[in-house]
Amino acid sequence: MDNETEVRNLTAWEKVQLSRHPQRPLTIDYIENLFDDFIELHGDRLYGDDPALIGGLGILGDMGVVVFGHNKGKNIKENINKNFGMPHPEGYRKALRLMRLAERWNLPVISFIDTPGAYPGIGAEERGQAEAIGRNILEAFEIRTPILVVVIGEGGSGGALGIGVGDRVLMLKNAVYSVISPEGCAAIIWKDSKQAEKAAESLKLTAQDLFRLNIIDEIIPEPPGGAHTDMMATMNSVKNSILKNLEEICSKDLDTLLEERHQKVRRIGVFEEKPGAEGRS
Amino acid sequence: MHISDWFSRKPKYAVLKPEKREIPEGLWTRCPKCLEIIYNKELERNLKVCTKCGYHFKLNAWERIFQLVDNKEFYELDGYLESVDALPFDDGIYIDKLKEDREKTGLTEAIVTGKGKLEGFDILLGVFDFGFIGGSMASVVGEKVTRLFEYGVKEQLPVIIVTATGGARMYEGMLSLMQMAKTNAALGRYRKNRGLFISILADPSTAGVMASFASQGDVIIAEPGALIGFAGPRVIEQTIKEKLPEGFQSSEFVFQHGMVDMIVDRNRLKSVLGRIIKIWIMKQK
Repeated sequence: MDNETEVRNLTAWEKVQLSRHPQRPLTIDYIENLFDDFIELHGDRLYGDDPALIGGLGILGDMGVVVFGHNKGKNIKENINKNFGMPHPEGYRKALRLMRLAERWNLPVISFIDTPGAYPGIGAEERGQAEAIGRNILEAFEIRTPILVVVIGEGGSGGALGIGVGDRVLMLKNAVYSVISPEGCAAIIWKDSKQAEKAAESLKLTAQDLFRLNIIDEIIPEPPGGAHTDMMATMNSVKNSILKNLEEICSKDLDTLLEERHQKVRRIGVFEEKPGAEGRS
Repeated sequence: MHISDWFSRKPKYAVLKPEKREIPEGLWTRCPKCLEIIYNKELERNLKVCTKCGYHFKLNAWERIFQLVDNKEFYELDGYLESVDALPFDDGIYIDKLKEDREKTGLTEAIVTGKGKLEGFDILLGVFDFGFIGGSMASVVGEKVTRLFEYGVKEQLPVIIVTATGGARMYEGMLSLMQMAKTNAALGRYRKNRGLFISILADPSTAGVMASFASQGDVIIAEPGALIGFAGPRVIEQTIKEKLPEGFQSSEFVFQHGMVDMIVDRNRLKSVLGRIIKIWIMKQK
């Protein structure tokens, strides 16, 4: 079967649904399959431990790594425990703590993204959800160790970007990454969440769109029916891509790496400059 | 009085509800909080703060700028950056929206940035305008904020940004979201150069802008009564399926939770800023 043809035929909305498919491999699947001897580390040392974001130490090939990611559950019960992979500030602060640890030990960081978004709730606001995400984004540019980001499912806005700054951003072929959920966007623009399909199309949230917009660096192939139809093929595909990219970023000296990390986002944005209107006062 | 009037149901006198009383346009403004009617000139003189209850009216970008800079002198920077429909988003509705809000506000974008003096100190100032697509951040806003921090590094000047924003702009999709990263990367460099970034949170300051540079000020000041947070209150209510407590996500709430340094009345804002800059300038060279 021709993989290329089939995937090209999926609409943005179909990809949104695939990215949320209940059988789609989760962060925990990648951790269990790709890493030897994963040691989970808990807590942000400030308030609590967020089960919506899992993280710790692992071995990938012959390399020690620090790994974390949004932690969706496999069923309702698990999801209630893990808050459907929607972190509180504690989750982001745990990730930052782990990034700092990786920096001290000179280990690369691998971050898996798969969240509907950061949790919108009372406790999250009380404890500074915006501050936690903002700080992670700010400090990720200063972390002196390679960071690799892999969008495996849903990239939900700021909740994704909170662990989404790195030297390379890879994205599975049917994953999505968006400034707002298509449903939320449709509710605001057309006052009708049923227009989500149209919103999904408009938002340009597929891996192919984001590669074209220079927001991601590489598209990781998925098995023809989607990542969940052949778990082992997906794991291999992701592993190969991670290893290849890690090798590249780990071979750079840290000053170059950080400068490139900065310049990559510095260039993002599309606008016109029309000199002449300058200097109003 | 005609006899038939006795049988009509018309009330004999009109009951004027305070909400419906006509206010001659351009002369008077009603305070949305205490319903006091205030003479416009007096409201202007009081920096658009209600003379009775202290409610802070929303300011547009230029009103804010002229309240902050000395002698109303301000040199706008990067005013010639204009948004384009880069995605494009659904058959040109973004272009229409841009056109509409440009006409409505007289601005080119949701932030005005530039240079001026405050209490005699040179400053770089950026002011969001909520009237322009909800003060949302997309490519141009992100670029202007980024450049402001870059000018701050080059010229060793304090950067003050006043936010009034609903977050990242949907119409530019992920290009908007990534402005959170771009602005914060620039802020990081500015901080390394021992800059002073004062973040002033006006009503409302939420979502993508709050979850990037606005929450990362060296000093963070909230205006009284502003809505400040990550998620919008309606989204939270829909998620947790209960009503939010009174005052949730207000300036006073975030102050209580340690997210801002102080809540400052508009009338004192300029002098507080001046006092902070004065000490920053004394930093060891």
